[in-house]
Parts: sequence; structure tokens; C-alpha cells
Amino acid sequence: MSTTAQANDAETRPGAGTEPGAVRAVADHVRGYWAEVRSGEVGALPAVAGIIALCVFFGISQPVFLSVGNLANLFGQGAAVACIAMGLVFVLVIGEIDLSAGFASGVCAAIMAVILTDWGMPWPLAIAAAIATGVVIGLLLGTLVVKLGIPSFVVTLAAFLAFQGIVLMILEEGSNITIHNETVKAVAGGNLERWQGWTLLVLTIAAYAALQLNRWRRRVARSLVHEPLAVVVARVASLGALLTATVFLLNLERSANPQIISLTGVPVVIVLLGVLFAVWTFVLHRTRFGRHLYAVGGNREAAVRAGVNVDRVRIAAFVICSGMAAIGGIVAASRAASVDPNTGGSNVLLLSVGAAVIGGASLFGGKGTVRAALLGGAVVAIINNGMGLMGLSAGVRFGVTGAVLLLAAGVDAMSRGRGKLFGRH
Amino acid sequence: MLLELTGLSKRFGPVEVLSDVDLAIDAGEVCALVGDNGAGKSTLVKCVAGIHGIDGGAITVDGEARHITGPRDAAALGIEVVYQDLALCDNLDVVENLFLGREKMRGMMLDDDAMEQLAAETLSSLAVRTIRNLRQPVASLSGGQRQTVAIAKAVLWNSRLVILDEPTAALGVAQTRQVLELIRRLADQGLAVLYISHNLNDVFAVADRIAALYLGRMAAVLDAADATQSQVVELITSGRSGTLGLGADTNGART
Repeated sequence: MSTTAQANDAETRPGAGTEPGAVRAVADHVRGYWAEVRSGEVGALPAVAGIIALCVFFGISQPVFLSVGNLANLFGQGAAVACIAMGLVFVLVIGEIDLSAGFASGVCAAIMAVILTDWGMPWPLAIAAAIATGVVIGLLLGTLVVKLGIPSFVVTLAAFLAFQGIVLMILEEGSNITIHNETVKAVAGGNLERWQGWTLLVLTIAAYAALQLNRWRRRVARSLVHEPLAVVVARVASLGALLTATVFLLNLERSANPQIISLTGVPVVIVLLGVLFAVWTFVLHRTRFGRHLYAVGGNREAAVRAGVNVDRVRIAAFVICSGMAAIGGIVAASRAASVDPNTGGSNVLLLSVGAAVIGGASLFGGKGTVRAALLGGAVVAIINNGMGLMGLSAGVRFGVTGAVLLLAAGVDAMSRGRGKLFGRH
Repeated sequence: MLLELTGLSKRFGPVEVLSDVDLAIDAGEVCALVGDNGAGKSTLVKCVAGIHGIDGGAITVDGEARHITGPRDAAALGIEVVYQDLALCDNLDVVENLFLGREKMRGMMLDDDAMEQLAAETLSSLAVRTIRNLRQPVASLSGGQRQTVAIAKAVLWNSRLVILDEPTAALGVAQTRQVLELIRRLADQGLAVLYISHNLNDVFAVADRIAALYLGRMAAVLDAADATQSQVVELITSGRSGTLGLGADTNGART
């Protein structure tokens, strides 16, 4: 009697492993996500939609845009800005801004070039010195903002001007320094062997799948609210497919004259971006420091009362930002194989801020991810690359990029308003 | 007595904000602290919470004189404050807010699952059923739900005295009732509650004892069951009521 009742119960209970239950769980998940988007939590959606739309547009108007050679090119073009944008996310999350990140990257690149070329020292030393310079710059900026209470806008605007001067002084009134070191040039210009690309791909997907499944299993074990397994598998599978396609394409021959020089493999700079992405994502979302960054950006007073060392967290954000700017500077110098007074200058800073904001970091603080910086960086790189292929002038390109930044900031402001509107009930 | 204040004084420069205040709170009771604006309620709270140092008198916890020099000292003694302006981060979710500053770690990583489980247990022990999704940002909660999170945050740490500074000031009728019920439940679970409010209806609904401050002095401490609203109003506005309260010679005049 009781056993049949239990059996009936198990059959009718939703989500008990039966097919309709699993489908419903996935549907619920999708509905929940859509409700979040509607309430203003748009996340990475605008950036992804932008990337797809831009690829379709440029792909149709300039077929060469979709060539493998141009794909590899895009990563090289966007890498420096993406690095600086990843660092800027930390400063944006705590509700500050760093306008000097562009020229900070120039200063660090110039120091590296001097040590490498003028003094003839080994490359590890030069790179270490560049990053150390970035860290010191961040400490200085952070201390001025946090301990003296000068608004970050003013401190970094002053630094923007001063660093521009420092670059000129290091480079002795505007000469440029060529970089001959092959290792440094390989950072932005080198490619992995084909087998290295595939190995890395397998390792990456395996690591991602392990992380996702492990997390899912832990939540099930604690009987916490968890996503349907199908959603987890779908996410791992789609990322795996995307990465596999990328590695496959990049392993094709993309040289214009393969007989003279062969050009294949995953660009080294992708690996660099991937590692930086993984490290900083871990720091932001899985460490106490990351949690405190968001808390400081969301409500500084609450963070103080909760016992968070707010000053230290804020200074650390500036240090990370300038440190990442240094890495961006190294990438830029590596790509150009030289450093000149314009390295990190011109529109580099604005593109970086734009990348972070387009990706979904908020200028109002409290919101932003490293992934956002990468996606936004991709949007910025695609716009510049595509319009370059179309033969548009620099003037038009600046104008369009500015308009996109404004659009992203507008979406940010509006989603904030929408969140407020729909949040309270 | 869990907490005992004797002869507590606090000055900001020449202004004596609290003078010679006595107050005792025992476990399992709700003590309401009432008084007009500027009577020194918030200052009193901040002295107990360790945000302000005291200029005279003593704070005794469990019969032992304690020197509270910061919020951490207060927390170590089991004293938690829920502030009027809700010290929550809008961009963090319920679990993240509950554990802010005291995150559970697994090695150098946050143990989010353990925190979520503990948060769910705490909320259900307080019979909170209004918050369904612990992973939604606090910004999307209603005022009452936010206040609930703020109170649960104070309870989570095995605290023994919870101080609530105007917890219902910005809430509607139904939400106020929710929060008052929650306050009652805290006391029933053996916590001491110091409840600060302007709203005498709320005070009489939830308090066991009522302490009235008048211009930095303790006018009277009454049993809520014996007191009337008009008595309390008189104590708040003039510092005395019939035979209760401060003597005529000290009526507002500083000596």
C-alpha cells in the first residue's frame, strides 16, 4: 500500500529526474535569467550582442574581416587595451577612476625599453622593473586618494599629465627606443606551436569542466539551490566548442605567402590574456579581498562597519590597476617593437575605460567583472579593426568609438535606474 | 545583568551629551530606549558599540567592567548594532551581506556554499519566510526584507545583545509588524535587545521595559506593563511625569 503511494509520489513530483521535470528545471532557469535581465542585470549581454552584430556587419561589408589572419590580428591589436581595462575594472568597482593608466603603461614600457636596449640588461629584469614601476605608481596614486582624500579624478588627471612628461624625459625628448629582444617581441608577436595550442585547449576545457562540475556537485551535496545539470553541461560544451573553433582556425596557415614565411598557431598574447583573466577572476570572486572590493564599491560605510580594512582595499585596487597598466605597456611595446612618447598615449586610456564600461562595469562603482573588460576590449578592437579595413579616417574612428562609449555609459546609467525602479516593491 | 551602564558620561567638547546615565539590560528582554531628537539615544548606542569612547562611568558586561575601544571589542563581547541607515551593500547578495567582514574561508578561497547554508539555517531559525532567494542582490529587496537581513546579520554571530536603532522608521505597517515580531523572537530566544524608537505604539507592542532619555539624562526606566503612553510622552518631552523622572532642580539646567 505505502510503497505504491511512494512510487506514485515519485512519478508525479516535478524535477525528480523524469524528462519533463528536467526540461522544466531548465526552462525555470532560463526564465529566472530573463527576469534578471529585465530588472537591469544585463551583465555581459550588450557586449556579446555588440560583438555578434559588429562581426556580421564588418563580415558583410569587408569579407577580409572574417579571415583567419585578421582574427589573429585582432587579438594583437586589442591586447594592450584589454590588459589596461582589466586593471581599470578594479578601480571602477570601488567607485573610483584612474585616468593615468594609459600613460602609466607608457612610463613602464619606456623603463623596460631603456633597461633592455640602452643598458643591455636581460629581459626578465626589464619586465620585472616595468611591473614594479606600475606597482609603485599604483601605491602612490592610491595613497594620495585614500590617505589624503584627494578625489581620484584629480589625482589621476594630474598623474596623466605628469606621466606624459616622465615618458618624454625617459626617452630624451621624443626619440624612440627600438626593442630587439626576441622574447619580449614574442609577447605580442609570437605564436604557439600547433600541438601546444591543442594541449592548452584540452587542459583549459578540462579545468573549466572540473571547476563547474565540482561546484555543482558541492551545491547538490549541501542541498542548496543549484542549476540543472543540463545547464552546466551546456555551458561547458558551448565554451569548449567556441575555444576549439578558435584554436582550429588559428592553427590554419594564415600567411599571405606561406612559401616564404609560415604563420600558424595560437598567438602567445591570447595565453597571456587567458592567464590574467583566470587569475583576476579568481581574485575578484573567490577571495575575501575581491568580496571586500565589491563591498567598498557598494557601500563604503557598511564595509567600514563590517570591519573591512577599507583603506587597504582601496589602495590595493589602484596598485592592481597600475600593475596591469604596466603589463599593457609591455604588450604595446612588444607589438610595436619600440617605445615612443605616444606609447600608452593618444586614445589608449579612453579605449580602456570604454572597454570596461561597454563590458558592463559601472562608472558608479560596485559593479564590474574581468570578463566584462575582455568582452568590452573585443568590441573596441573590432570597431577599430573593422573601420580600419573599411578605410575610414582616424577622425571617424574616434567619433564612432566615442559614440559607443557614450552608448555603453547610457546603458549603465539606465540599467541602474531600471534596477532601482523594479527593485523595490 | 548582561549589560549594565553606570554613571555613563560623554562630552563632545563643551557639550555634555550624556551625563550620569544608568541602564541595565538582561538576557531575554526587550528594553526600549526612547527620547526626543538630541536626547542622546544614538550617542548612547555608539558608546556601547565602541564607536565613541566614554568620558566617565563604566560599562559592565556579565558583571565584569569592560573597556570597549572599538566595534571589534563590542563584537567580541557579543554586542551587535543594527543601524538606522542599514549598513548593507546593495550590490552584494543576501549571503554576501550577512557574512561581510567575517567570511567563511576554505584555504584562501571563500566558502560560499557553507555561508549560504549557514545563512539559510539562521533565517529559518528566526522563522523568516519572506526572503526566498538568498542569492538575490539586496538592492532588489523591500525595506522590511532589508531590515530583516540587517537584523539576521547581527544575530548570526552568536551575539547576546542586539541594539536596533530605529529599525522600523522607514517601513510600512505590514513590514513594521514583521520586524517587531522578529525582535520579539530574538528576545524569546534568549538575546537581550535594546530597541530605539520614536514610535510609542511600536515600543509598547514589543518592549518589556522602557528607558526614557531626556537631554542626556536617564529620566526613568519603567516596566512597559505598568506604564502608559502619556507617562512616556511626558518623560520624553519634560523629563518627568508625576513623581517619576528628574527633579525640578535638574530640569534641563546643567550644573
